Amino acid sequence: MTKINMTVNGKAVTREVSGETLLSEFLREDLRLTGTHIGCDTSQCGACVVHIDGKAVKSCTTLAAAIDGAEVTTIEGLADGDLHPMQASFKEHHGLQCGFCTPGMIMSGVDMVNRYKAEGRDVTAEAVRHELEGNICRCTGYHNIVKAVQDAATKM
Amino acid sequence: MYPTKYTKAASIDDAVKALGADDEATILAGGQTLIATMKQHLAAPSELVDVRGIDGMVGISLEGDTLVIGAATTHADVAGSADVQKHSPALASLAAGIGDPAVRHVGTIGGSVANNDPAADYPAALLALGATVVTNQREMAADAFFDGLFGTALEEGEIITAVKFPKAQAAAYAKFPQPASLFALVGVFVAKGADGVRVSVTGAGDEGVFRSEPLEAALGADWSEAAAKGADVGTDGLMSDIHGSAGYRANLIKVMAARAVASA
Repeated sequence: MTKINMTVNGKAVTREVSGETLLSEFLREDLRLTGTHIGCDTSQCGACVVHIDGKAVKSCTTLAAAIDGAEVTTIEGLADGDLHPMQASFKEHHGLQCGFCTPGMIMSGVDMVNRYKAEGRDVTAEAVRHELEGNICRCTGYHNIVKAVQDAATKM
Repeated sequence: MYPTKYTKAASIDDAVKALGADDEATILAGGQTLIATMKQHLAAPSELVDVRGIDGMVGISLEGDTLVIGAATTHADVAGSADVQKHSPALASLAAGIGDPAVRHVGTIGGSVANNDPAADYPAALLALGATVVTNQREMAADAFFDGLFGTALEEGEIITAVKFPKAQAAAYAKFPQPASLFALVGVFVAKGADGVRVSVTGAGDEGVFRSEPLEAALGADWSEAAAKGADVGTDGLMSDIHGSAGYRANLIKVMAARAVASA
């Protein structure tokens, strides 16, 4: 067992974890933050994306023991009273149907917009589609997701 | 996942000691392949020795005309590095096309090179650019490093610490990704440098990444799209699977080589 300290959604957390504990399991089962979804378990679908030190990462392919000291943000940590602009845009543009992939889509979308803004790049529809290659949705056909991310980019 | 032990190595000596104490221990350098493999029960290391916290393993520097990339540097950091973009723009754009953004935030060059997946991108860059793999024991030319499917010249307890790239006069990488996995169905890296033209192919070889002699000869004589398309690539040693036959891959090699030359 490894003792880890981390900050999750702004709160300090200390736990003992076994070496094989995935961050996704740790978040869902130890911390009961079940907004982070596990869709494929093969590291492909992106439903489990969270931010570690501000960067989008697949929590199902990250060991909890390996991120001692990190700052983790999950979908539960985005809203600050009001919905985060990315969440509001997904709602506004109906960027979801069943909603299973949505937490990962939103976390990837926020990461993308943050990076593009920092680099002064335009959040084009083509760029959004390219950036969401690691997030799979089986309902929407992606059109409204792309619209939502582009809309949120104007408000973030 | 089967139970395993996690160890964060503080130094190379620390990592070597941990690896030496347990036959079933392995290095964790990012885990974007390893952890996925462990989840499928295709690997069950008893201990994961994380080398990412070791001093000097992360970072990018220019030493004269040589680009030095620490083994635990992520794909995103390579792609975004001004030094890499200036010294080897083809390498930066290759790194920007590995997997997806979340994978690029965690996966590392050392991990990719040590794993030598037959469809990985980095091995093609190392071979074509004539890179040198630096370990805790020695330095090896890329030509002597890659050794068949998932095989390398690494010995037990040997740890990649950096990869050094010489500067090419012109270089580019073109990849036809398998759309589900985003790995290369065929990827071709072309480079013109001090040793002439070097062309490497990933995703297509029965024995993993390889240099294409017909393409090197054709592009060495005439650095053009037409020369790439006209090369007699053949199907010997090429892979056939559900994604494409050897003949399909042979054609893609020429097409990707031509696209690479056009963008170099």
